[in-house]
Amino acid sequence: MSTYDEIDFALLGLLSKDAEKSAGALAQQLGMSQPAIWRRIRRLEENGVIKGHRLILDREKLGFGVTVFLGIKLSGKKGVQLEDFERAVSAIPEVQTVEHVLGMYDYRLRVVARNIADFERILRRRVMTLPGAGDVEANVLLSEERRPGPI
Amino acid sequence: MLDDLDRRLLRRLQLDPAMAMADLSEISSSTLAVVSRRLKRLRSEGVVLGKEILIDWSKLGYSVEVSLRITLDKTQSRAFDDFLAAARGIPQVIEIQTFLGRVDVRLSVIAKDMADYQKVYRELIIALPHIADIQALMHIARIKSDEVLPV
Repeated sequence: MSTYDEIDFALLGLLSKDAEKSAGALAQQLGMSQPAIWRRIRRLEENGVIKGHRLILDREKLGFGVTVFLGIKLSGKKGVQLEDFERAVSAIPEVQTVEHVLGMYDYRLRVVARNIADFERILRRRVMTLPGAGDVEANVLLSEERRPGPI
Repeated sequence: MLDDLDRRLLRRLQLDPAMAMADLSEISSSTLAVVSRRLKRLRSEGVVLGKEILIDWSKLGYSVEVSLRITLDKTQSRAFDDFLAAARGIPQVIEIQTFLGRVDVRLSVIAKDMADYQKVYRELIIALPHIADIQALMHIARIKSDEVLPV
């Protein structure tokens, strides 16, 4: 694994707060030259530490009033191929994330819907009908915040 | 209201937030001027709020990620406020979500390895105020993580 010094971590911290901050502003804050900042950002991207960028959208303004997290337990695991389930669940457009987890559920899904009625439609028609889907628990998201992490 | 062009632009930009204006205009068969005006409007109307970087913590040596599903003691009127304020003080907590459902709060916690996780859990997590119950889900794999909204 490559090593990273405190300037890399400080850079990540600043970019987590504002991904659109200019290299000039970053250079000034970290007391470095602009080319040095570019080099560090490029290295972090090439090494996959910064694995990508994401557009932050106002879900409500786009008509998605509800976000629900589903815990799904597969039933009769023996007959079901995990890959089949994963392929089918990933193809549902309203399913934003799919995580394979270990614990009281097998999968954790993040689902967006226009409203509760729309969510019910997605749950009944698309999620419950997935190959192998068993016990399902739903929790409606009220708030979320991403933290800078240990940097 | 959004029209077809806005939606097309948002779909492309969600997949590649760094996409060049020229490519966007070609894909949407609109002129550069039109695309640039649309993007400006999506910003000024607050549909597009900004961009964020995605950090791959495993590349920084944090190979363990655990989802802690927490039920709070709601007989305490300040349970949520106290808990959230304290959770924000733990650097290993990278995400905090609150829910309506069986679970009140979920924390995403990262650690370098299982020994490190055990330390964070015993010394920091357990000490958080007003916890009634904790369940842990260990992350095995991310199957889908783009968080794209089906606009």
